[in-house]
Amino acid sequence: MSPHLRKTLVVVGHGMVGHRFVQAAIERGLTETHDVVVVGEEPRPAYDRVALTSFFEVGAKALSLLPAGRYDDPRVTLRTGAEVVAVSPRQRIVTLNTGEDLHYDELVLATGAYPFVPPVPGKDLDNVFVYRTIEDLEAIRKAARKARSGAVVGGGLLGLEAANALRQLGLETHVVELAPRLMAVQVDAAGGRTLSRHVEQLGLTVHTGAMTEAVLGTGKVTGMALKDRKSLDVDLVVFSAGIRPRDGLGRGADLAVAERGGILVDEHCRTSDEHIYAIGECAAPGGVMYGLVAPGYAMAEVVVDTLLGGAGTFTGADMSTKLKLLGVDVASFGDAHATTEGALELVYSDAVAGVYKKLVISEDGKQLLGGVLVGDASAYGILRPMLATATNPGIELPENPEDLILPTGRGLTDIGLPDAAQVCSCNDVTKADIVAAAAAGTTTRAGSTCGSCKVQTKRIIEDYYASQGEVVDRSICEHFPLTRQELLDVVAVHGYRSFDQVVEAHGTGRGCDVCKPAIASILASLLGGHVLDGSTRTLQDTNDAYLANIQRNGTYSVVPRIPGGEITPEGLIVIGEVARDFGLYTKITGGQRIDLFGARMEELPAIWRRLVDAGFESGHAYGKALRTVKSCVGSTWCRYGVQDSVGLAIDLELRYRGLRSPHKLKGGVSGCARECAEARGKDFGVIATEKGWNLYVGGNGGATPAHARLLAGDLDTETLVRYLDRFLMYYVRTADRLQRTAPWIDALDGGLDRVREVVVDDALGLGSELEAAMARHVGGYFDEWRATIDDPEKLARFVSFVNAPDVPDPHISFRDARGQIAPADVDGPVVLGSTIPVGAPR
Amino acid sequence: MTPVCRLDQIEVEGGVAALVDGVAVAIFRTHDGNVYAMSNYDPFSRASVLARGIVGDRGGTPFVASPMHKQAFDLRTGQCLDDAAVRVPTYDVRVDGGVVLVGPPQET
Ligand code: SRM
Ligand SMILES: Cc1cc2nc3c(=O)[nH]c(=O)nc-3n(C[C@H](O)[C@H](O)[C@H](O)COP(=O)(O)OP(=O)(O)OC[C@H]3O[C@@H](n4cnc5c(N)ncnc54)[C@H](O)[C@@H]3O)c2cc1C
Ligand code: SF4
Ligand code: FES
Repeated sequence: MSPHLRKTLVVVGHGMVGHRFVQAAIERGLTETHDVVVVGEEPRPAYDRVALTSFFEVGAKALSLLPAGRYDDPRVTLRTGAEVVAVSPRQRIVTLNTGEDLHYDELVLATGAYPFVPPVPGKDLDNVFVYRTIEDLEAIRKAARKARSGAVVGGGLLGLEAANALRQLGLETHVVELAPRLMAVQVDAAGGRTLSRHVEQLGLTVHTGAMTEAVLGTGKVTGMALKDRKSLDVDLVVFSAGIRPRDGLGRGADLAVAERGGILVDEHCRTSDEHIYAIGECAAPGGVMYGLVAPGYAMAEVVVDTLLGGAGTFTGADMSTKLKLLGVDVASFGDAHATTEGALELVYSDAVAGVYKKLVISEDGKQLLGGVLVGDASAYGILRPMLATATNPGIELPENPEDLILPTGRGLTDIGLPDAAQVCSCNDVTKADIVAAAAAGTTTRAGSTCGSCKVQTKRIIEDYYASQGEVVDRSICEHFPLTRQELLDVVAVHGYRSFDQVVEAHGTGRGCDVCKPAIASILASLLGGHVLDGSTRTLQDTNDAYLANIQRNGTYSVVPRIPGGEITPEGLIVIGEVARDFGLYTKITGGQRIDLFGARMEELPAIWRRLVDAGFESGHAYGKALRTVKSCVGSTWCRYGVQDSVGLAIDLELRYRGLRSPHKLKGGVSGCARECAEARGKDFGVIATEKGWNLYVGGNGGATPAHARLLAGDLDTETLVRYLDRFLMYYVRTADRLQRTAPWIDALDGGLDRVREVVVDDALGLGSELEAAMARHVGGYFDEWRATIDDPEKLARFVSFVNAPDVPDPHISFRDARGQIAPADVDGPVVLGSTIPVGAPR
Repeated sequence: MTPVCRLDQIEVEGGVAALVDGVAVAIFRTHDGNVYAMSNYDPFSRASVLARGIVGDRGGTPFVASPMHKQAFDLRTGQCLDDAAVRVPTYDVRVDGGVVLVGPPQET
């Protein structure tokens, strides 16, 4: 097409929906015929407003939906920091705040909404804020530095988000809600009570049924007056009492506007002017304004489709929401308040656990009309596609619909979703789309916006692989229908102390090489104690069973701990002498310590006696436990070092030594950003900064290397250790067996953000419990090898033959390699007396 | 038959190695009180280590997992449960007055 035939499309507003519109326009080829000019008033390109609250942790960059700052397509021009002040439909021009006019052929309004601030006295004082943009949050953060307490007006979805933010900023926080309960729009009275309890447990004060009369103060806020109640002593106020569509441009251009606000549009999202469209929160399709992002995305797709001559329509969207508010899962969908004629309610409530679930079902019990989930919204993924709406009959309910909300998700997996079921409502992805992508080895957008469909998406992908004959094993082995995390919970809750107790109560048979070491590890993590004590001995994996790593010929290696890699000349000499006296092969390992190979099992106690007497202790090279904390030489010697990395590495290695975990754990500490300790290749890595330490988590070598990612920056040592305590215990408690930290973080619902919520924000309120668990570990630590050589019962196991304890196993023989011993391969069992193999050089 | 040790020297669901006529034999004790004996030699890793494996059951079959690479062997027959072509020799075994006695290899 020749350039003069190209048309100009102007988009007003570069928010979430405006951005999605441009993306769709590029993807679907609308830019082949149209030049697109986007005018956005905010100083930066579109960002993820849904995740706004995480701004304090992750910063603006991580929230950006367009990190490059521009679109790849040269036919799209983005102008940020520019406001459209008027639209003239007759001339087809928009006027900018700079006075400049832009001509358009087609105009798309995506101006979003603004927070509603009730007209109370004092609303214009300093330190009164709203909660909508990154700039709002920056201002709140600045004011919070000098404030002690704050109030949020509005106990709805956004109000609770804002309250969470204030809490994270360290303020004593009040939530003031006019309605008799929190989240009145979404949840019913009982759900609201459960939610209030959760919120109050986090230390927030909830005032429901309370009307804000005035913000008090002169110049700055000093308090808030409530009707018929004591006034609140606060120095900061955030209004979050609802939003209103930004329909001013439409009104100014005489476009039709809905009764309750919002630019009126038809099912193609066209306004009363044929060349002007409105999408997102500024629009009111059929008179209804939708305050959620998914309907806005759908509208964006419809307008692109319409401009391409397609027939797509927007006929309403479901207002289902699932959120994590202050660490509490809340979901509400469909007819949550059971207003449908004859609707029945099915309620499950566990006040102790803080769980409340309600299903609203049709009179005949066949259709799911709506529901509310508080405290545990894991069923949401399966329930939403089942929902019956005006246009969609949903999926018929199973015989016992209560199974859908009873704990542990009985039956959840057995309910097949039809292919057409929409799994991701944010991005309109169906089950069929996900299966097709899995088959093609590609991915869909499911899970990339609000994340609430992630669990369901994962399950569909797993089911797909299972249907292809690939084993997707969710339970640990044939003896237990539980995952490792569930096993850990069961053991912790019932206080079991032995494998027999666990298998009798929750398993079948006598266990195997999978579940026994897993339970041994769980018992060790929860109870401490010696891994060779009593009946736990026979549960241990090969290496743990002899506190040494088995080698190819049945001998063992010996790895004394050398914390941080720092060792004295005397220490080196002892290791050298021991190796020489027992004829062992020595090697410097990749973990900054020394490995002695070729020890016969029956020699291990004598070798360790020598090492322990010289002050060495177990290095746990054999355990799923902390291995090493690698260090670089740091500020002690290095001319670039800014902190004492060796000192910290030693402290951390000594703190976490012996901690039994789902897989091995490694750490690293570098003294400056040059990163000579390769800390970001470790499960936890610490890198010194001028101000303190940056903490990275989730690094891995091995077959699937991963770089650790930043969890928190510029920490003082005390905070660093506190975060690490929490991080490691959270991992120990929730990871799968043999799952390193990197895949564990990836598999967590919410990924690294989730880890940050738990570890840094303490959103689940688990922090002190995790720290206490780590304190117990640290306090209970003892050297396993010392305890073994001092215990005749344990020593009795370290014999070559039960009936000939002094006869070395004739099967083991060595050859010479580069001046040291190496295993000699022996074919077939060796019979003593017929062929006596060459013994180890002694 | 050769007396090799007292029954209480073998842990429940544990194993010991014994020298019987110059050959390394692995002797196991299961939870239901049975005692089994098989060659200590793991044909996969070619090391003499089976007595150090974890004892349990697979679908009710008592087995030991090689400590080296986890192949499973049926304690009753020596049959490898992961590879039909592999079997290790088993030995007659008896407990008499609390003493474990091991006899000659069983015929296959
Ligand atoms: C000795 C050593 C190699 C060397 O000669 O340098 C070594 C030797 C073994 N490694 Fe390693 N790894 C050694 C450093 C590493 C490193 C490098 C490091 O720690 O900086 C890595 C990559 C970093 C990482 O772990 O993320 C490494 C990744 C592995 C893996 C893959 C882990 C993964 O997440 O995929 C395994 C397999 C496993 O653990 O399941 C493994 C397993 C093993 C085992 C334990 C296999 C076994 O069960 O017998 C080897 C026997 C150790 C022994 O007998 O003492 N080793 N191994 C190193 C001992 C370090 C130490 O002092 O404790
Ligand atoms: C804290 C918070 C949490 C939320 N959580 C959720 C959630 O969990 N789930 C959910 O579905 N939704 C959530 N939302 C709502 C969601 O963010 C909105 O539905 C979505 O952003 C709407 O997109 P939009 O493009 O219509 O509006 P916006 O994202 O607000 O974009 C409108 C843009 O247009 C610009 N603009 C306005 N007028 C002009 C003009 N005249 N000239 C130039 N530019 C202009 C504005 O500055 C703005 O940048 C949340 C919102 C907030 C604030
Ligand atoms: S995989 Fe690596 S660590 Fe393991 S034995 Fe082989 S070389 Fe050594
Ligand atoms: S439903 Fe929000 S990302 Fe899928």
